[in-house]
Amino acid sequence: MGRKILLEHANVPGIKTYEVYRKMGGYASVEKAIKTMTPDEIVEEVKTSGLRGRGGAGFPTGLKWSFLDKKSGNPSHLVCNADESEPGTFKDRYLMEYIPHLLIEGMITSSFALGAKLSYIYIRGEYMWVYRILENAIKEAYAAGWLGKNILGSGYDLDLYVHCGAGAYICGEETALIESLEGKRGNPRIKPPFPAVKGLWQEPTVVNNVESIAAVPWIINNGGEEYAKIGVGRSTGTKLISASGHIKNPGVYEIELGLSVDEFMNSDEYLGGMMNDRPLKALVPGGSSVPILPAHLIYKNAEGGDRLMSYESLSEGGFQTGSMLGSGGFIVYNDTSCIVRNTWNFSRFYHHESCGQCSPCREGTGWLEGVLHRIETGHGREEDIDLLWDIQSKIEGNTICPLGDAAAWPVAAAIRHFRDEFEYHVRFPEKVKNRDHYVAEPFEKVKHLVTKQTV
Amino acid sequence: MKVTIDGQSIEVEPGTTILQAARMIGGESVPPAMCYYSKLKGSGGKCRCCLVEVSKGSERDPRPMPKLMASCVTGVMDGMEVNSISSQRVLDARKSVTEFLLINHPLDCPVCDQAGECDLQNLSFKHGAGKTRFIEEKRTFEPENIGPNIQLHMNRCILCYRCVMVADQLTDDRVHGVMNRGDHSQISTCISKAIDNEFSGNMIDVCPVGALTDKTFRFKQRVWFNKPFNAHRDCDKCCGKTTLWMFGDEIQRVTGRKDIYHEVEEFICNECRFDHKDPSHWVIEGPRKFEKGSVINQNNYTQKLEKVTIETEHNILLGREQDRKKISMPDVPLTEQGKKKLKEGNV
Ligand SMILES: Cc1cc2nc3c(=O)[nH]c(=O)nc-3n(C[C@H](O)[C@H](O)[C@H](O)COP(=O)(O)O)c2cc1C
Ligand code: SF4
Ligand code: SF4
Ligand code: FES
Repeated sequence: MGRKILLEHANVPGIKTYEVYRKMGGYASVEKAIKTMTPDEIVEEVKTSGLRGRGGAGFPTGLKWSFLDKKSGNPSHLVCNADESEPGTFKDRYLMEYIPHLLIEGMITSSFALGAKLSYIYIRGEYMWVYRILENAIKEAYAAGWLGKNILGSGYDLDLYVHCGAGAYICGEETALIESLEGKRGNPRIKPPFPAVKGLWQEPTVVNNVESIAAVPWIINNGGEEYAKIGVGRSTGTKLISASGHIKNPGVYEIELGLSVDEFMNSDEYLGGMMNDRPLKALVPGGSSVPILPAHLIYKNAEGGDRLMSYESLSEGGFQTGSMLGSGGFIVYNDTSCIVRNTWNFSRFYHHESCGQCSPCREGTGWLEGVLHRIETGHGREEDIDLLWDIQSKIEGNTICPLGDAAAWPVAAAIRHFRDEFEYHVRFPEKVKNRDHYVAEPFEKVKHLVTKQTV
Repeated sequence: MKVTIDGQSIEVEPGTTILQAARMIGGESVPPAMCYYSKLKGSGGKCRCCLVEVSKGSERDPRPMPKLMASCVTGVMDGMEVNSISSQRVLDARKSVTEFLLINHPLDCPVCDQAGECDLQNLSFKHGAGKTRFIEEKRTFEPENIGPNIQLHMNRCILCYRCVMVADQLTDDRVHGVMNRGDHSQISTCISKAIDNEFSGNMIDVCPVGALTDKTFRFKQRVWFNKPFNAHRDCDKCCGKTTLWMFGDEIQRVTGRKDIYHEVEEFICNECRFDHKDPSHWVIEGPRKFEKGSVINQNNYTQKLEKVTIETEHNILLGREQDRKKISMPDVPLTEQGKKKLKEGNV
């Protein structure tokens, strides 16, 4: 059994309520932090833990906190990113729904460390029921004296609000989130300045993912060094993975980083293997924006070593042979999945969600979707595959925020690893037009019709 | 701070952006800019036309920057080395941005009022490809009437946000902005409101393409048949310094005066722009000059006029005749002097 840190008490009846949560040792980190530690000591502890941001990019949390511009004299803020809109990722919602007080405890301890007196949880609009759960938990925390004026008689004041977004993926990008929180259109800002210097209302701000913040209480209670012992290399601690697709046991799992992909996929404790025992075709390990991996690169990396559930191992070999841990949205495909259709589907999402500020993303995502749709429906031309490749390469790296990259990578990886499938689509349009993508013949059966070409 | 762009070095103040530094050097190295507008706070960073390669970050940290940088929002560092026109990567990026911008911009130059003054037209002359690879349907919008002075052709808009910034920074009670997202986003007025602020006309001037047009000028003239004159009048709302676009003795359009980057020198009020179309309202300073390669310059009228008095019957007729000739008899050869002047340009 892997060790549980975040979800340890998730199954305790009534853990949603303050009473039970407190009985299980909740809010101890706030007590310890406020009574016995200085804010700098907390930041150091988080640095020692090696905790990396769980929102996708994996930037070290303690280091990010230490960038906060405390010298400016302006008030600082902590904003929790609970926007969670990446297709395939649904872990934060689980955490907030089942143990809301863990997030609130983390928010208080982290806000204290950052000297923030006004903090926010920005939650996606579609999570209305979770919003209510959080509101309720915050009310309980205020009533118990963990929030508000003079917490634990220390002189430290903190107000915490939950803010409901209107439902735009781009509002998960930290600067767009800040704009949205300020009541404006959720357009990403141009960086620099970074939020740590000029964030919410032009004041120093840290934006962290729900899971990152929820890990802080354990780190403070047990020490950063203890946390760093879990995991492998620079991937320390545990990680929530939301697994979906053609597997026996979809759901949210807490794993120790460093677990092998094989064990995660096939052991009964986790995903329990492939649904209906059909062959595994591909895997998106970190949410829809990360590159897809073909079967031969899932359990083993290019060197033949075991692929592990860690930041480093999943990205081994760059995009040629690797992918990313991202936000932990683990999507599994069996042999009946059509990669072209899947890529089109992802592309449709990014097209719909681009904020439209920068030309390569605004125009490029629509173009990608258009070409993919054509190929998918049997109206593609041979040159379209190279065209797709060209368009995605012109978006990547040339935009204001990483949504452009997120739109480009899945397309690049699909062409890189499954070009033959694209070729099949353009060469045999009649077959594609009449295909039911969910039940009909797997591509394996028609593969011989096209010759494998790599980009 | 010393910065080197395409091998040319210049000393600049801290806080200068790469684009500003390039403009100080001038010439071919100046990156094209479709969304940046020096007179509008916070503009830039959006169109990505001005991407450059930073081959050396600074003296202290000489590492190159891995991505191309938007020169209009990237500050220079001491010792920075930048490749603009000298980098193939940059040229490729500009080409692709041009291609992206033209995806949803109809090439309706023959009827568009901005022809001859369109930054996108210039950009695609320089960086565009001869053929389009886009065969999908373009997005289309109905032309929208946004108030008494301005006509919006959303089809042509490239979402540079300049007009939104004009609205934000020069006018009270902003009623227009960007609606929707991605390539569905559009400039519009909030719930069919009209734009009638005293400084709203500046949106027309900042629009790099023909999306926002002047209702008092639409379809009156191709700009290269107009004769632009610098003029001023006493105005209690703005500087009153403008460019008048004349056809014979008729003022067909009034705009702000623009610099070589096609940015207005100073914003002007709607009264000067829309309400004073009588030459007697203006003190005419003299013919306006344009850069050598510009389309407007092709009319090259400035040498013919001995003095700039437009009331005289002689000059009116002279102007009309010349205009007519150019419109209807393209085969009439230019005089030797005319050819020489055309080659040299006015500036
Ligand atoms: C388009 C886009 C969407 C994003 N959506 C989310 C999100 O839903 N939740 C999240 O935590 N981070 C999201 N991020 C990452 C955030 O910008 C930011 O890096 C993160 O919240 C930082 O928290 P962390 O350091 O704890 O990971 C998104 C980034 C981009 C570019
Ligand atoms: S990359 Fe896309 S989402 Fe990000 S700022 Fe540009 S247009 Fe908006
Ligand atoms: S209408 Fe013109 S100025 Fe406004 S965003 Fe569109 S192109 Fe830019
Ligand atoms: S001018 Fe720099 S991005 Fe538009």
